[in-house]
Amino acid sequence: MDAFQWLYSDVVKDHFMNPRNVFDPDEAFVPDAEGIVGNVKCGDQMMFMLRLEGDVISDVRWKTYGCASAIASTSMLSEVVKGMDIRLAYNIKPEDIASRLGGLPDNKIHCSVLGDKALRAAIDSWLDKTGRPGLFKNEGAKVICTCLGINDRDIEEAVRGGARDWEGLQERTKVGTVCGGCRKVAEELLHEYVHIFA
Amino acid sequence: MDKRTVYLDYNATTPLRAEVKDAMITDLGVFANASSMHDAGRRARSRIEEARSAVAALVGAPDPQSIVFTSGGSESNNTVFATMFHAGRSGARRKIVTTAIEHPCVLNAAKWLESEGFPVIFLGVDGQGKIDMDALVREVDDTTLLVSVMAANNEIGTIQDIARISKLAHARGAFIHTDATQAAGKIPVDVEAWGVDYLTLSCHKIYGPKGVGALFIRKGVPVEPLIRGGHQEHGVRAGTYNNIGILGFGVAARLALSDLDRYVREMSTLRAKLHDGIVEAIPKVRVNGHPYDVLPNTLNVSFPGAEGESILLYLDLEGIEVSTGSACASGSLEPSHVLLATGIGPALAHGSIRFSLGRDTTGGDVAYVLEKLPPIIARLRKMSTVQA
Ligand SMILES: Cc1ncc(COP(=O)(O)O)c(C=O)c1O
Ligand code: FES
Repeated sequence: MDAFQWLYSDVVKDHFMNPRNVFDPDEAFVPDAEGIVGNVKCGDQMMFMLRLEGDVISDVRWKTYGCASAIASTSMLSEVVKGMDIRLAYNIKPEDIASRLGGLPDNKIHCSVLGDKALRAAIDSWLDKTGRPGLFKNEGAKVICTCLGINDRDIEEAVRGGARDWEGLQERTKVGTVCGGCRKVAEELLHEYVHIFA
Repeated sequence: MDKRTVYLDYNATTPLRAEVKDAMITDLGVFANASSMHDAGRRARSRIEEARSAVAALVGAPDPQSIVFTSGGSESNNTVFATMFHAGRSGARRKIVTTAIEHPCVLNAAKWLESEGFPVIFLGVDGQGKIDMDALVREVDDTTLLVSVMAANNEIGTIQDIARISKLAHARGAFIHTDATQAAGKIPVDVEAWGVDYLTLSCHKIYGPKGVGALFIRKGVPVEPLIRGGHQEHGVRAGTYNNIGILGFGVAARLALSDLDRYVREMSTLRAKLHDGIVEAIPKVRVNGHPYDVLPNTLNVSFPGAEGESILLYLDLEGIEVSTGSACASGSLEPSHVLLATGIGPALAHGSIRFSLGRDTTGGDVAYVLEKLPPIIARLRKMSTVQA
């Protein structure tokens, strides 16, 4: 799809031109938790900052070094999660954001993936802070390797733990070592997570 | 300033200039097959030969018959590499020396030869985009079949010393090709002064129609058709003549040559104005490319802390049309191979914008860009996770 077709969907254009809840260095916003993912080398980096009342997100700010769809999708995400319980927020999928934006081209989905990843990193840091590390770890996870019950979060964790290629991933998770039918999907995920976290 | 449309992507392609358009409209009636023997065919043929002379003149080729018309720069470049495939298939001389910053149509043709077992060297460039001459001297040896170096780069505008590279190639018995797609009409191009064996041209970069190009082939060097068929172009390039495209090319080439001095003067002035304005108004920018061996219309700038696709699209909303070396805009994960080859690193490559000026660019257009650009960069930097 041509970049300009999606950009000028009115919702995307509006969020790109007037991004909501962007962190302003001149304001006094002190976050209770923050998370950062992505890599400038890959052209996208995202930071989410949360104010929390108990487990409810009372306010949010974000910053990004990223393309237009990173800006638009994170702006949208920031509106959606305000006032939301962290458990619900943790389970927002990139597809949910993309569809609220009226769709994003496939090669742009990783940008919104970044927004929800940064949000989850911020929530994880809040859970750590409040003595509940890894509480939501397996929620909303999608089973990738049916033989071994390995899900996308396990793959994400393996990449965050240093897996960079198929062998490294197998060493850590054993994914694909039985029937091998999950390899294509697992490798796609691996590639995506390496892009985001490496 | 009031909103206006400012097209600054002339290196991607140019609009048809009015004189070319008018001439083409008049010539739409030149329909005959230029290979036919009858009167209409002969008349079409003689018009095509006029165009050939104009294109030859643009590149200083004394013999118009050394110009072969093609469908564009990509075809011309591919014809050279296909020729080398045949010339080097059997025999000891089969090494190809090219550069890391060529247009994808040269890079991928060279990679194809590599996959066919030819030794291929992609020479690196320095921080300003000049090829590594020491490496060239080292790599070009008695087994080298072809040296292919672009005359001027499309992204950063850096101009290479083709005359010197030619001498070095010929001294070792290699053929020399240059892709002059971006150089023609912007700087003097002279196949004799440069001493090249093959030279690529594309018409749509010099205010002519798209889908037409040319390859200069020095008399006596090998050539193998990419497209086989009839006897057109002495059997080097088959297919019924694209009359209207070729006639448009002739007019565009003639005007590009007669306008060259003025073009260089005007573009240099506008570029300097844009360059100085950006450097003055925006802190911490990096100007990419060579400080003076650079196309007079091309200015490539990196804005640390701001991502290129976002800059491009904010500019687009203001009516300003540019291009970027960011990966996001290309749909791949890799930013511009040219900028990476200059060693600036992925972060600066992602934040790069190419402004390429052209005949219709005015001082007012440049002033408009200088008004709109600084707040866009400031805004993106303010929301960035990356320090400028
Ligand atoms: C340096 C260079 N070589 C080759 C080409 C390809 O020319 P064409 O579009 O006529 O195939 C271009 C333009 O895209 C170019 O900039
Ligand atoms: S599904 Fe993963 S090994 Fe069978």
